[in-house]
Amino acid sequence: MIQLILKRVALGILTLLLVSALIFAGTQLLPGDVASAILGQNATPESLAALRQDLGLDLPAWQRYFSWLHGFVTGDLGMSLANRQPVADLLWPRFGNTMALAAYAAIVSVPIAVLLGLAAAVRRGGVFDRGINIVALAFVSLPEYFLGLLLILFLSVQFNLLPSLADTYSGMSFGDWLRATTLPALTLVLVTVAQMMRMTRTAVLSVMDQAYVETAFLKGLRTKRVVLRHALPNAAAPIVNVVAFNIAYLITGVVLVEAIFNYNGLGRFMVDAVAKRDLPLVQAAAMVFGAAYVILNSIADIAAIALNPRLRHPR
Amino acid sequence: MRAKLKAIPISAWLGLSIVTLNLLVFVFGPMLAPYGMNEIVGAPFDPPSGQFWFGLDQNGRDMFSRLLAGAQMSIGVSLAASLISFSIGIPLGFVAALFGGWVDTVLSRVVDTVMCIPVLISALVVLQALGSSVPVLIFTIALLDSTRVFRLARVVAQGISVLEYAETARLRGESLGWLITREILPNALPPLIAEFGMRFCFTFLFVAGLSFLGLGIQPPFADWGGMVKDNQQAILYGLYAPLFPAAAIALLTIGVNLVVDWLLNSGNATQGVDR
Repeated sequence: MIQLILKRVALGILTLLLVSALIFAGTQLLPGDVASAILGQNATPESLAALRQDLGLDLPAWQRYFSWLHGFVTGDLGMSLANRQPVADLLWPRFGNTMALAAYAAIVSVPIAVLLGLAAAVRRGGVFDRGINIVALAFVSLPEYFLGLLLILFLSVQFNLLPSLADTYSGMSFGDWLRATTLPALTLVLVTVAQMMRMTRTAVLSVMDQAYVETAFLKGLRTKRVVLRHALPNAAAPIVNVVAFNIAYLITGVVLVEAIFNYNGLGRFMVDAVAKRDLPLVQAAAMVFGAAYVILNSIADIAAIALNPRLRHPR
Repeated sequence: MRAKLKAIPISAWLGLSIVTLNLLVFVFGPMLAPYGMNEIVGAPFDPPSGQFWFGLDQNGRDMFSRLLAGAQMSIGVSLAASLISFSIGIPLGFVAALFGGWVDTVLSRVVDTVMCIPVLISALVVLQALGSSVPVLIFTIALLDSTRVFRLARVVAQGISVLEYAETARLRGESLGWLITREILPNALPPLIAEFGMRFCFTFLFVAGLSFLGLGIQPPFADWGGMVKDNQQAILYGLYAPLFPAAAIALLTIGVNLVVDWLLNSGNATQGVDR
């Protein structure tokens, strides 16, 4: 088992490297280069050459890739083109905000979704199962901004319960922070619970169809015991994957939600950087999002290996 | 035939009528619009009335006319992207499945790597480099989404190519082209059609989301995601303006999902549902 986990970690690191190469390649698609994009109409051949040397653009692409990667690993993310500030100072606080919002949403949505999914799977084909499936299908189809706007309209404009903008600042009390971020978190919860619940249901049902579950029922065990002792341990690994998939989704889902509620997170920051075509910012933000995604998926796989009863008790 | 029609559940009928309605609006929308999409007909955010069914937008343009005209961009861009993504993903997936060996390994590894990055993040990187325009949007989304199509097409083709009739055709000495078009494609169609619905939903929501972020379809074109963004502030004054385009997006997505759900549950098209 340890060997399997080590293999997975190595694969994760390799994936991170490939992801970084792909993101770097993606940012090099620009016809012409950054220097002419910055200087625009005022460019003279001399100023272009000077700026290229300044930005290291005279080096070949692979050399720039490695120096970028080296900077990334050592914490130097380069300078923003728009305001000449270090990217790291701008990026990490916002990344913290984004993770806080995603964590808030995940802490609420994961238990609800897993319980609902289990309940629907156990009562397969029943009224509860069919009802909740239709509701879930509707919620899966609703875009984040539709839900977000509805929540703003009802909870903040009509009943004035919660603020419509997620204004946060450092040194804010935890209660105030919760109040400010509840609407965006709730939007994320509504979107992910539906998806996660449907996937949990499918995962549990595929275990419930196995022969050993049928055997357990035929032995005359009660449903509760069959589900908790026989089905659930084997469904744990797929459920962990479902949860990880949705938390990974949360990380990018926040981009839209941050835009709706004007939340000061990495997603909105990256969107602004794309609009301003601020290359070092976009590169760094993409790498942070990509890394978070890869790391989460690796953790999920490792948890799934650790939870698999057959791997935990090798014969 | 009659029994078949009766077997279609109500939810699927609902889905089919929503999809049909949207396709009609997509084709005839601009002709039906009572006002021009950039024509200013009154004061900003005038509430809905008999003359202006959904009220006016932030510039005093008729919301109903803009919804009808915007269907062209919102549905057209995502339809084009889905079609291109299928015409890239299916042939490559079939070739990977039939050739196997290094062709399969190389294609699959490339696809796996691209899929390691969230689609939105990859799209933002490309849009940063190339700027946002309709062709860039269509091709970026098509390329990124074709990875999902590739995976499904590959799995389905692998499943079919080991079946007896495909084996027989291969032993008869049929060419690769025959195998793909005559043996694999017809039998792979049901799962691929259901997948097309799902991929369309995804690209449609994706394009609308990018436009909502201001990075998708650019003015002067009207599109639903951009209309939500432009009218967003009105919600703070209790006005429904941004809810109309948002509801139009939600309605079409629900409609397609209902149809896909029915397709997946009815036939044996359940294999390889991958999102």
